[in-house]
Amino acid sequence: MDRLKVNIGALELKNPVMTASGTFGYGTEYADFIDLSRLGGILVKGTTLEPREGNDYPRMAETPSGMLNSVGLQNKGVHYFVSDIYPVIKKYDTNIIVNVSGSTLEDYVACTEALTGLDKIPAIELNVSCPNVKEGGMAFGTSCASAAQVVRAVRKVYDKTLIVKLSPNVTDIAEIALAVEAEGADSISLVNTFLGMSIDAEKRRPRLSTITGGLSGPCIKPIALRMVWQVYKAVKVPIIGMGGISNWEDAIEFILAGSTAIQIGTYNFINPAVSVEVVDGILDYMDRHNIDSINDLIGKLDY
Amino acid sequence: MKQQLDFIITSNEALNENSYLLKVSPVNGETLQELNPGQFVQVLVQDSSAIFLRRPISINYIDKKSNEIWLLIQRVGKGTNKIAEMKVGEELNLLFPLGNKFSLPKPDKKALLIGGGVGTAPLLFLGKRLKEEGFYPEFLLGGRTASDITQLEDFEKLGDVHITTEDGSKDVKGLVTHHPVLKEKQFDNIYTCGPKPMMIAIARYATENNIECEASLENHMPCGFGACLCCVEKTKKRGNICVCTEGPVFNINELQWID
Repeated sequence: MDRLKVNIGALELKNPVMTASGTFGYGTEYADFIDLSRLGGILVKGTTLEPREGNDYPRMAETPSGMLNSVGLQNKGVHYFVSDIYPVIKKYDTNIIVNVSGSTLEDYVACTEALTGLDKIPAIELNVSCPNVKEGGMAFGTSCASAAQVVRAVRKVYDKTLIVKLSPNVTDIAEIALAVEAEGADSISLVNTFLGMSIDAEKRRPRLSTITGGLSGPCIKPIALRMVWQVYKAVKVPIIGMGGISNWEDAIEFILAGSTAIQIGTYNFINPAVSVEVVDGILDYMDRHNIDSINDLIGKLDY
Repeated sequence: MKQQLDFIITSNEALNENSYLLKVSPVNGETLQELNPGQFVQVLVQDSSAIFLRRPISINYIDKKSNEIWLLIQRVGKGTNKIAEMKVGEELNLLFPLGNKFSLPKPDKKALLIGGGVGTAPLLFLGKRLKEEGFYPEFLLGGRTASDITQLEDFEKLGDVHITTEDGSKDVKGLVTHHPVLKEKQFDNIYTCGPKPMMIAIARYATENNIECEASLENHMPCGFGACLCCVEKTKKRGNICVCTEGPVFNINELQWID
């Protein structure tokens, strides 16, 4: 199965298929449905230094081919993760990567430091792109200066693979990507959700308690794909592409646009086995096209 | 263990203009695993960009002889409309079993099962289980009008049934909380499912009368198995928790419904 092996910095993935943070819990939620060891990696739920209760219900609105959410990084904090969750999930034979979020620079650093000593966490994904928190989150990822500042601070305390997850809610995503690459990010993952809104016309009320939220699902795929392509042309570090992937064909499109690996997010809710089906589908595609290694497809868009 | 499995629709019967009873059985013929009252399934509704997410539906009844799950579908929107219109022989993909279950009363205790609208669905399965366990459940079912009271014959086989209708077209006029049975008889346990205002009113009644009360919640849930954290309900001690995994059945004392 080496044909599917890819590298993200020093991190080796058995295949390019990972599951996106916030859509896959801690992996355990899916253990009945799939063999987790068949995944290239699992990005666990966004984790912050302090516990967070998240936003009020309702936190979700269905939209055509997608959904809006405003969960607001509900989690029990990094120390709970280390003491209670990590011991359970470290046995999984796949890369467990923690998505790190914060409201301040100090939060990001302290949260990262709490994770550095964990043997089975070979990488973190720095979330500078959550649209559902009042402070921090996306605010850090929408200007080159602030994105660079967070990456610089975290890079100083983190030696393992550092992935930075970008927000699509910017004018020029390639510019942000270049800024975080310059600060030493090992990889860039994109995109987080698009800021959106839904209204109940009959009641004349917003459908989310927070009024706006993050749009995900197949409806965002063409925009996400375009952004991956733009970033691929700008940076040298490996890209982890995501945004509306729901089958192997979508995954191949993201790889051709320049993704070394991909993440599957919202579609896990619809088909909890979609991630392993995508692994199988990629392999089948490679057989049909006589591709020896998946690395031969990355960014190989014919135009 | 949770499963994703294709089912075939063996029957789809209109119970009134809004409610449909679907009976489904595994396509591959495998015997249904042990399921419990209070649990639900997530139904995949395909073929439309407007309906993206699965729809959570209570398990209405399990027919072990014919290896069928019964799903009571009320048309409340695009997704349930689509499910209600499905034909015998068509296939339905389900995630199941999801959620916790109703707890049983202590021995010799008297249980009242109170349902409003489509909220009566899980109470048929619960009533069956209670009867099997040696209890004598009674039912209090409420609707806007007489035709809203569905599966009456099935409920009557399990125990006494009390009915309220808002327009008075059947039995007692008013809401379930107005039914005299609540004053006339002593119950030790109440189980309820239905519109939230109804359940909160019942929770208040149960608290005032020192009756154990469990409610089954119907918050919107994209995944149904604890991954998306969207279906949360506020609890007194544990903050926001997922209705899909920690519920859908809660002891009302745990929720922030009444002080």
